[in-house]
Amino acid sequence: MSEWKLTGRQLVRNPLSLVGLVIIALFIVIAIAAPFIAPPPEGHRDPYMIPRDGYWAEPQPPSKDHIFGTTQGQYDIFYGVIWGTRTAFRVALVVISVTLLIGIVLGSLAGYFGGVIDEVIMRITDIFLAFPSLILAMALVSVLGQSLRSVMIALIIVWWPSYARLIRGDILQVREEDYVEAARGLGASSFRVIIRHVLPNAIYPTLIMASLDIGAVVLTAAALSFLGLGAPEGYADWGQMTEFARNWIVGPIGEPLKYWYAVLIPGLFILFFVLGWNLLGDAFRDIFDPRLARR
Amino acid sequence: MNTLVDVRGLRQHFPILGGVLRRPIGSVKAVDGVTLVIKRGQWLGLVGESGCGKTTLAKTLVRLLPPTSGHIYFDVPDMVKVEIETLESANENSSKLNYLLKEYDLATFSGARLRPFRRRAQLVHQDPLTSLNPRMKIKDIVAEPLRIHRVVPGGDVEATVKELLERVGLSAGQLGRYPHQFSGGQRQRIAIARALATRPEFIAFDEPTSALDVSVQAQILNLLKELKSEFGLTYLYITHELLIAESVCDHIAVMYLGKVVETGKPEDIFHEPRHPYSQSLIAATPIPDPKRRVGRIVLPGEVPSPANPPPGCRFHPRCARATKECSEKEPVLELVGGEHYVACWHPL
Amino acid sequence: MESLIRIRDLTVRFYTYEGVVHAVDGLDLDIRQRETLGVVGETGSGKTMTALSILRLIPYPGKIESGSIMFFDRELRREVDLLKLSEDQMRAIRGDRIAMVFQEPGAALNPVYTIGDQISEVFLLHRRRELASRAKQRVNSLLEDGNSPVATMRRPFWQWQSRLYDKITQDTRPFEPRFSSDLPLYERFFWRLIDKIRLAVHQARPIEPRLIGRLPLFKRLLGRLRDEARLLTVDMLKSVEIPDAARIVDRYPHELSGGMKQRAVIAMALACSPELLIADEPTTSLDVTIQAQVLELFRRIKAEKGASILYITHNLGVAAEVCDRVAVMYAGRLCEVAGVENMFSQPLHPYTKALLEAVPMPGKELQTIPGALADALNPPPGCRFHPRCPSAMEICQHEKPELREVAKDHLVACHLY
Repeated sequence: MSEWKLTGRQLVRNPLSLVGLVIIALFIVIAIAAPFIAPPPEGHRDPYMIPRDGYWAEPQPPSKDHIFGTTQGQYDIFYGVIWGTRTAFRVALVVISVTLLIGIVLGSLAGYFGGVIDEVIMRITDIFLAFPSLILAMALVSVLGQSLRSVMIALIIVWWPSYARLIRGDILQVREEDYVEAARGLGASSFRVIIRHVLPNAIYPTLIMASLDIGAVVLTAAALSFLGLGAPEGYADWGQMTEFARNWIVGPIGEPLKYWYAVLIPGLFILFFVLGWNLLGDAFRDIFDPRLARR
Repeated sequence: MNTLVDVRGLRQHFPILGGVLRRPIGSVKAVDGVTLVIKRGQWLGLVGESGCGKTTLAKTLVRLLPPTSGHIYFDVPDMVKVEIETLESANENSSKLNYLLKEYDLATFSGARLRPFRRRAQLVHQDPLTSLNPRMKIKDIVAEPLRIHRVVPGGDVEATVKELLERVGLSAGQLGRYPHQFSGGQRQRIAIARALATRPEFIAFDEPTSALDVSVQAQILNLLKELKSEFGLTYLYITHELLIAESVCDHIAVMYLGKVVETGKPEDIFHEPRHPYSQSLIAATPIPDPKRRVGRIVLPGEVPSPANPPPGCRFHPRCARATKECSEKEPVLELVGGEHYVACWHPL
Repeated sequence: MESLIRIRDLTVRFYTYEGVVHAVDGLDLDIRQRETLGVVGETGSGKTMTALSILRLIPYPGKIESGSIMFFDRELRREVDLLKLSEDQMRAIRGDRIAMVFQEPGAALNPVYTIGDQISEVFLLHRRRELASRAKQRVNSLLEDGNSPVATMRRPFWQWQSRLYDKITQDTRPFEPRFSSDLPLYERFFWRLIDKIRLAVHQARPIEPRLIGRLPLFKRLLGRLRDEARLLTVDMLKSVEIPDAARIVDRYPHELSGGMKQRAVIAMALACSPELLIADEPTTSLDVTIQAQVLELFRRIKAEKGASILYITHNLGVAAEVCDRVAVMYAGRLCEVAGVENMFSQPLHPYTKALLEAVPMPGKELQTIPGALADALNPPPGCRFHPRCPSAMEICQHEKPELREVAKDHLVACHLY
């Protein structure tokens, strides 16, 4: 039975992981089908800018025209969360993949070669890790100017050190394995040894961490947007939408939950997205760890 | 050239780091001054218990580890070795000496310079489960040396791999499988196929059958015999099982605590051991013959730590024949007959 | 004399993801009193599983499907089926009447406890009465000599201790095996109930060492038991020839070498003088010279203690050294059982013969056994060895050979006989 089939089967068997899989699958479908589920109105230039139906500040409850209601400034919530799914995926995948790349390259160099290279790289990561991540991200976004791109860059800069460390640790362990020594004995160059022997065996914990982190990235990006440092106003981004709802979390006296839809709906999307990835990440971890023991 | 491998005064010391600042506070003297010669076509058995340094010696010989000091000559003409020795004993730091060492002494090679050597000498590890990359298919594992050294053109690689695997007794239909899907004996065959890929002249085996069952062990040994005569190979065979060494090797070296204590032909070593350690090793080996139980020399004590070897002869604390001399001076290998060498002040 | 262990028709199966593995298949074996029986076999022969079945330690996903293991109980003077005992009863037997030594000495020792602690644990678990009586003797002697002021102060404490130890000595052990498995269920229930009432009435509830050890006032009580156990431990270590036993007692396992660790494990196993010692390849991971020392130790144990030893190994040389009788297994079945001399001089089963031929001996051609070891998931029908057997006949392909006595005390399972 091939590796992938076995993995697939185990993924489906565990009820929790099945839930995670379903949630993520749903989100993928929403993201892909966004133009059909929430088509941009006629003449709308940038589909990622949420269409507004007026200019009043007060959010309007769900109605026939606006299924989830509108948020501050009459931006359509439904449109926002549907297209926000795309944004979420984009941010998460870009950040995670670049972080992985940087982390793997630096971590491999540090772990495999050791010595001075290791010390230098580790001290650099120490410097980055010394800053509280959210504060650093905020500072970077302020410097780079508010936009989704700066959010992504800031997150990459904040996130890569932990991956470098993680990969380095696993590489330190795999480096000592017999088959790595055998590969060197065959005359393989260091590059070849790292790419073909060390990395494929050391990368799994990092990949698991990455899948768990997809949710965390979206969460952090949403936090930054909530604080006003993220996507530009009106952009279809879940965090952006919670920023709109910031002033409307508690309604007037007597009706504290009057504007629940403005807060809850984007919040729920974020919640389920993160939950789905967490469950999936946990499932991956369960699959890949005991498998090594089973063999 | 009769001599293929010539090792002189090889030392492999691993530093022990300790204290707050991780300074070297001592060293594990895994191999401490070994001089050994392996002739072309020979099957040398390296015998000893755990901690005696045999694995380290093999790995240093094949340059998987850089030696702390000593010379390793692989297929080097005698004249050159003689010249190096003269220059060294003259004790001047001549540039000619440096040049010769850089050209011929494997101990000085590193990195890319070792590549051509790697084609000619290989090591087969002890545990086939860990010496094969668990995430590579066996056809890729065996093809790797072919690809690295570009031994055959790209298109022929698969055919060569099939041929190699069939030669070691595996069927071609299993090319796409992973190591964990094979039994221990089969995995060792895969490792052997990988070692043979570049048609080396010399293969070092680190206890290749110790993890295998008796019947499988016999199959592997027979395979090794066939391969040796078919490809004209030279073997360094490490084992702690004397019976194997006695039955397949044509020359034996016994190691204890980082030094070679006795070398000779199997008949010499096993029927007339001259070193007390060899004698007790032989006596301690169980033989499937219930009538031969009596007359054992059971060696007292344990093997000392290689970080702290006893002064003088390493074996003297456990030796029944030790005298004061033995605790002061280290014996060297001396000829006692034929090709039989012993390092002992009071050989048997 | 009755056999100590009689295994009849033992079948152990493993329900794995890939299929059912027949680890042991209808095994019939006897272990006699005071004999060292060697079980020889290669990977997959079922030898380790047989040993684990005796102690009921088969790991998941294995199950003992059928069969019986009759253990001759000295006190009850009759046989008991170990497979039918309750877990409590088995726990009383493990370590006390039947003990096991495993292959990896490092794995059997807990790295966070000292050697002394681990061996003492065996004494504290199974020999509490003896420890208590010794402690009582000591306390009594203190009571007799003591005239100093310290003694007078402590006197009532000691008296109390002495009474307590008395109670422990007289008390029935907490998990005393009641081999009443042949009694009907309600009767067993009834007797258990009576026992509980009796214990409660006499207030001779056995004091759980760990519980008592936690309460500050009572810690002292346990201290004496522990001291007694430690004395016994040091004696035990000396008897397995560990040098400087008084200091080794306080060492941790990682501070000892392989040979010493294995001796410590053997000391743990022998602590309560078991009737049966099971040794699962105890010397495989040791050097040859250390192995020689440990084998010498086993021979001495045989001579002194009069216990039976079940010695599992794949090394025929070791079997020849240490065993009185040898059993050869292949693919979960028994091939041949004979006295050690007969087995090596006149092997009857083709597998035994082939195995002996495959041992490398100087000057001899290495004979290999064609084919590979029987597939655990799909073993060959009939005689398991027939695909590789040079003397295979037609009947071997479909009929399982029965174990038959072919010569005096020499049993073979082969259609040739």
